Amino acid sequence: MNDRITMRVARYRPEEEDEPTFEEYEVPCHKEWVVLDGLNYIKDQLDGTLSYRWSCRMGICGSCGMTVNGEPKLTCETFLTDYAPGPVLLEPMQNFPVIRDLIIEMTDFMQKLTAIKPWIVRDEERPLAEGEYRQTPDELSRYQQYSMCINCMLCYAACPVYALDPKFIGPAAIALAQRYNLDSRDEGSGERLDLLSLHEGIWDCTFVGECTEVCPKDVDPAGAIQRYKLDAALTSLKSFLLPWGAG
Amino acid sequence: MSERPTYTPFHPRWYRPRVSTWWWLKRPSSRAFILREVSSIFVAWFVVFFLLLVAAVGRGEVAYQEFMAWAANPSIVLVNVVSLFFVVFHAVTWFNLAPQAMVVHMRGKRVPGKLIAASNYGLWVVTSLLVAWIILAGSR
Amino acid sequence: MAETNPHLRIAVISKVYPMRSHTVSAEGGAAGVIAADDSLDEHAYDTISGGDWLCDQDAVEEFVREAPQELLRLEHWGCPWSRTSEGKIAVRSFGGMKRKRTWFAADKTGFHMLHTLFQTSLKYTSVVRYDEWFVTKLLVDDGRVQGVVALELMSGKIQPILAKAIILCTGGCGRLFPFTTNASIKNGDGMALAYAAGAPLKDMEFVQYHPTGLPFTGILITEAARSEGGWLLNKDGYRYLQDYNLGTPEPKPVLRSMEMGPRDRLSQAFVKEVEKGRTIDGPYGPVVHLDLRHLGRKVIDAKIPFVRELCQKYQNIDPVKELIPVRPVIHYMMGGVHTDIDGATPLAGLYAAGEVACVSINGANRLGSNSLPELLVFGARAGHAAAEYASTQTDPSSGLLAQAEDEKRRLEHDFLHKTDGTERPATIREEMQETMEEGAGIYRSGEGLTRAADRLRELQERFRKVAVQDSSRTFNTELTTVLELSSMLDVAESMIQSALWREESRGAHQRTDFTGRDDERFLAHSLIYRNSDGSSRVESLPVTITRWPPGERVYGS
Repeated sequence: MNDRITMRVARYRPEEEDEPTFEEYEVPCHKEWVVLDGLNYIKDQLDGTLSYRWSCRMGICGSCGMTVNGEPKLTCETFLTDYAPGPVLLEPMQNFPVIRDLIIEMTDFMQKLTAIKPWIVRDEERPLAEGEYRQTPDELSRYQQYSMCINCMLCYAACPVYALDPKFIGPAAIALAQRYNLDSRDEGSGERLDLLSLHEGIWDCTFVGECTEVCPKDVDPAGAIQRYKLDAALTSLKSFLLPWGAG
Repeated sequence: MSERPTYTPFHPRWYRPRVSTWWWLKRPSSRAFILREVSSIFVAWFVVFFLLLVAAVGRGEVAYQEFMAWAANPSIVLVNVVSLFFVVFHAVTWFNLAPQAMVVHMRGKRVPGKLIAASNYGLWVVTSLLVAWIILAGSR
Repeated sequence: MAETNPHLRIAVISKVYPMRSHTVSAEGGAAGVIAADDSLDEHAYDTISGGDWLCDQDAVEEFVREAPQELLRLEHWGCPWSRTSEGKIAVRSFGGMKRKRTWFAADKTGFHMLHTLFQTSLKYTSVVRYDEWFVTKLLVDDGRVQGVVALELMSGKIQPILAKAIILCTGGCGRLFPFTTNASIKNGDGMALAYAAGAPLKDMEFVQYHPTGLPFTGILITEAARSEGGWLLNKDGYRYLQDYNLGTPEPKPVLRSMEMGPRDRLSQAFVKEVEKGRTIDGPYGPVVHLDLRHLGRKVIDAKIPFVRELCQKYQNIDPVKELIPVRPVIHYMMGGVHTDIDGATPLAGLYAAGEVACVSINGANRLGSNSLPELLVFGARAGHAAAEYASTQTDPSSGLLAQAEDEKRRLEHDFLHKTDGTERPATIREEMQETMEEGAGIYRSGEGLTRAADRLRELQERFRKVAVQDSSRTFNTELTTVLELSSMLDVAESMIQSALWREESRGAHQRTDFTGRDDERFLAHSLIYRNSDGSSRVESLPVTITRWPPGERVYGS
């Protein structure tokens, strides 16, 4: 097997150029090396001007999402040997504006995350002295999957709806809203529905399902969205048929 | 979009890539998705065809024979064969995706996705057999 | 803080987006006394004895009292703690603790805690966030800290942010060493900032090795794998911990015994096994094996699924069927910026909480599952104290703006516009890491430390000639790399000097030339100050003892 591999990396230096270019680097290709190790080798030994985000290198902080050979991936979890003999094409995550090299602009995502009210909404808070809210393991399992999102935004990179319509609130935001809606301690699903039943909310989604395919934490945002559509439809039906029960 | 502003110090200039009309050709999963969406056209055709058939039956023996002759036309047969493929594709992708949208909890545990998909397929087979029996038995 | 003081504006400045902070990777759990058969005194005793009596006992008493409350507050904010079948909070056993008191959220406790805290903070509009701003200097005027100078990564702007009180929560400095569980962002920036501004650093010689990290990546295999029943085996398949006064091997885990012993003792056992030649030679150095096979797939998938996921994804090993190679890796920094029980440093207006601070409740060795509640308890205390202080202060003076301009010029001159650099930052960093592992690793000696100090001085010299290839403004990560390296070199020096000062062996600081614990001379913290000429001096601060006089640390009974 080759012990070196070529990485073709997208570069974008806004102070010098109008459009991204590509640069090729040859890096060692060890069995345990992931794409991120290759990037670190480039930055440490070959070209210190390469900029990219990373932190934990264990797939939990969500910083290192990039497009590897056309697919959205966490570079800390993607082995270089999977692409041998190469070359490996490395570009910033799709569907986001590029600030520099492999770094994308994510304030749009942060705003959407905030907009869906990702906190426990309750009419009355329980005082600490009364202890915890009881929640059985079954109740916990209803939302636990949706709480695993690491905010890596690979689902936004994979979503064609978001690509074509950046106002779409997006898979991770809706999955997070579901995480709170299904939490037995929360009482805010009505408030979240008001935002999410707008056109850029859940109804923009056409169930392509790519978000679930690329999610590194098996959050299944596509499932969350479809379930939410069902819930939203039933809720509006109920409030139509039984308006006095609405609250 | 008109010309891009030049970089000025401390004012970041982001690059926004354009999405081409042929974005879906790039990845196999996107191609499959577009095919799935396009299949709804053929589903619509099948519905129209079926309504025409029913209307012909309603108008009597002659109209029905005329309709069958028209349907035997090679180009119509071709369209129907292609449509059959797409309708089956549509149904299969729909049933495979159903478990993601339908989460059923029974006795506190989540019903496994395969069971939901299987029950959808099962219902499809049963209904098809029922319809086939009604038609074939009735035609005797 | 935002709830109780709505008139205060709070800025959160972070060099990464807040949900990327390293708390997110914590796995095991957070200790808080809630079980009926447990008591605050027992938690306190476990912590104090685990810290080899270097913990300030008044702080520990406050800590154990407030920990369950803060964990409960987080539950009210939505944290998905794992539950018993009746729906109450579940607790499990953890290394060094005599009773089951560790709250956990599957095996991603830190992740859930951080996301809950962050998402709840989004509710408060008085919290203003400066995401991806890198603080390079604390602004001090008149003996008071009144602001910071920060670099906005996206644009390259360098500007002051003035504030009436500052709380440092920048975490530890694992990246000083070659094998660490810590993320790339943990470079001791906050410690270096405080040190440069004149605040003392405390107990810097105490670094904690976590006994089970994957070789090469350093990824943590959580203590929970041992608390669920994993065994540590040397190359003969022998549970070697029994040779080191840690008890006798039982089939099920016994609290405070064998694999459930404290981290420093387990790491020390590894070094001894290496010396005896009983470890396995891996491609990245010596390792031992963690055996989880006897737990079975169901238990592994239910209690420690993340461990299985990590092993498969990063080492291509399935713990259900195979042995996991592990070695001690740097994990936590017991030392840090000296604070009192309310998170205040001796420098007015400067507070610190979390791993960057040293109160000290962890003493010479931290027990697992104490650092997450530490964040909550002292974060809250520092928050309240800082808010009260800020409410009584006048607005920051404008003389600081001149200081900020100086800092801006320094950064531009020393780094951005530098053209005569000769060495790559990575080379200096790697040599520093090697120096630290050799000289200030699990076992130290006066000779080794002196050699390390000399090498560090040489590296500081070489740092003056570091090459910064990237002179751009937009998201210049080479600039941040070089700034982080500068912080690390300062912190490394403080660690070596403190280690030289402490001539005894206690907890995580083991000296081969002073092998016993010396309570007469050293039942005290080391306090290292920066002199105006750049050199350092170490002073001593006695430990506060209230109810538990120093005893022997006994494990394995």
